[in-house]
Amino acid sequence: MSGSTVKRESGLSAWLVAIRHDRKAAAGAVMLFFFILVALAGPLFVGDPKALVGVPLQPPSAQHWLGTTGQGQDVLAQLVAGSRTSLAIGFGVGMVVVMIGALVGVTAGYFGGRVDGLLSLLFNVFLVIPGLPLAIVIAAYLPTGPLTLGLVLVVTGWAWNARVLRAQTLAQRKRDFVAAAVVSGESSFRIVACEILPTMTSLLVAQVIGSTVYAIGAQVGLEFLGLGDVSAITWGTNLYWAQNDSALLTGAWWTFAPTGISLALVGFGLILLNSGFDEITNPRLQMEHAWRAHLKRMGHEPTRSTPVVIER
Amino acid sequence: MSETLLTIRDLCVDYITDQGPIRAVDGVSLDIRKGEIVGIAGESGSGKSTMAQALMRILPPPAVISRGEALFEGRDLFSIDESNLRALRWGRISMVFQSAMDALNPVISVGEQITDTLLAHGTASPQEARKRAVELLVMVGIPRDRIDSFAHQLSGGMRQRVCIALALALEPSLVILDEPTTALDVIMEREILEEIRHLQRRIGFSVLFITHDLARMLQFSDRVAVFYAARIVEVGPSAALRSAPKHPYTQGLLRSFPSVRGGAGELSSIPGSPPSLRTPPAGCRFHPRCSLAVDICRERSPEPALYGRDHSASCHLAE
Repeated sequence: MSGSTVKRESGLSAWLVAIRHDRKAAAGAVMLFFFILVALAGPLFVGDPKALVGVPLQPPSAQHWLGTTGQGQDVLAQLVAGSRTSLAIGFGVGMVVVMIGALVGVTAGYFGGRVDGLLSLLFNVFLVIPGLPLAIVIAAYLPTGPLTLGLVLVVTGWAWNARVLRAQTLAQRKRDFVAAAVVSGESSFRIVACEILPTMTSLLVAQVIGSTVYAIGAQVGLEFLGLGDVSAITWGTNLYWAQNDSALLTGAWWTFAPTGISLALVGFGLILLNSGFDEITNPRLQMEHAWRAHLKRMGHEPTRSTPVVIER
Repeated sequence: MSETLLTIRDLCVDYITDQGPIRAVDGVSLDIRKGEIVGIAGESGSGKSTMAQALMRILPPPAVISRGEALFEGRDLFSIDESNLRALRWGRISMVFQSAMDALNPVISVGEQITDTLLAHGTASPQEARKRAVELLVMVGIPRDRIDSFAHQLSGGMRQRVCIALALALEPSLVILDEPTTALDVIMEREILEEIRHLQRRIGFSVLFITHDLARMLQFSDRVAVFYAARIVEVGPSAALRSAPKHPYTQGLLRSFPSVRGGAGELSSIPGSPPSLRTPPAGCRFHPRCSLAVDICRERSPEPALYGRDHSASCHLAE
């Protein structure tokens, strides 16, 4: 036991410490960090992804670590170059979608009445529109390119977040601390931003992560269908070209497997990180951590009833 | 003296934190006899609720029972398995919680909540259960036509009566009342407590009554245990505690509220505030606030000593 002053880290450092302590979160963070590093610095180390460097459809070799594509381009170079666009769009869309969702949802929930009616109508309309087909239609009419895709994903993706956050706001709105904030003369903006939103931190983080997973997946999916700019280098177009060059027929697994695996690992990393964040933002789970460790030390399993751990 | 229903010996409950364990109940021993009302008084955070919930083994993480034993009707509450424990909860030991509004399900009618309880413990068919639910409600003074009411349709007092009916539904031998009247006004509080006492005399269950209101407790209970900083400092019959409190803390508590019939005695409060359980003071835990404290109080923890029948206190200076 330490003295009466208990040292508590705050803010970002607390998060980093907590991520280090949580095995799942740490694994997720490492995976994600690796891919972000590759996306940022990788293109400096590999050659031009568009250059025709060798015989098409060569399997992995010392010269081309991941082989060559049907056009004779280096797969590794394409994978690395593609990660930059795909991750940028993914994280960008994830953030923007949640920001719009928070703005609309919290506004609707907090102000209620006519504002709520109108905004609810708006996001309900967006909810009933099937997302992916709409994305296909919009992507087909707008000039192709990663940014267009991002826009399409934002338009089709924000409504769920808005709806969830509206419900959450409605629940918080009736609590006494909000009434106290109103009575003490805080502005509506301050109440929403400083009183209500912080109660939803874990939800917002989960939404950013979930939306990012969705954005990366949907973006790759649309590009795979040829709805993106096929001359850009992204993970989606990598898969598009692999399919176009009949990779499955010719058995050229190296043209699609690296991209597919990278995609899966990024998604997996994000989900692992999410479960870690859940623990960090939920003090209850954090307390249980020490409790579980204590039980384990004493050779007991956690039980539903209060455990009896007699010290010998 | 009548038979003992519950024997608690040297009970310790810890809350496990990142900074190490905090002992919320520290070496508490207490007996509850059949058909007796035992009161537990103490400040917030002194460990009274923790002790009661530990007995039912319903303390959520990060709590751990780390020492002691509790024998209830010949069974060790700390070694029986999960399924027996489930049957024992509510069947043999039930509880009335502080906030009736939170204890009742808002979307299930009160009658259904009682019948659910009866059916879950396999006592009756649905028809019998409903009949019994009506009986129980009438018994605690609720008109029979309110059986299909929901919690929000009842007044605070009625809600707490429903909770009492629920607690008595399975005819338990011990009912734990965890500050059952804190959310009620004084008139309602008196009515409810009288109702409980009346039922207790009639049915004969034992009661463990937890409150921070020592005056109320002395009126209501047969015996009272006073908690201070996770320990029992004094335990004894209500009359003895009222007329001749031995521990300075009990004396301080008694001086801190006015009596209706007594003379115009001086009211005083106990200076200071309760110690942190993370770093409890050495020796007697009350010594930093005690006006009588001498050297030994700072050095050695006092053992409980007997001062008359059933009356014991843990103080070096009591005589």
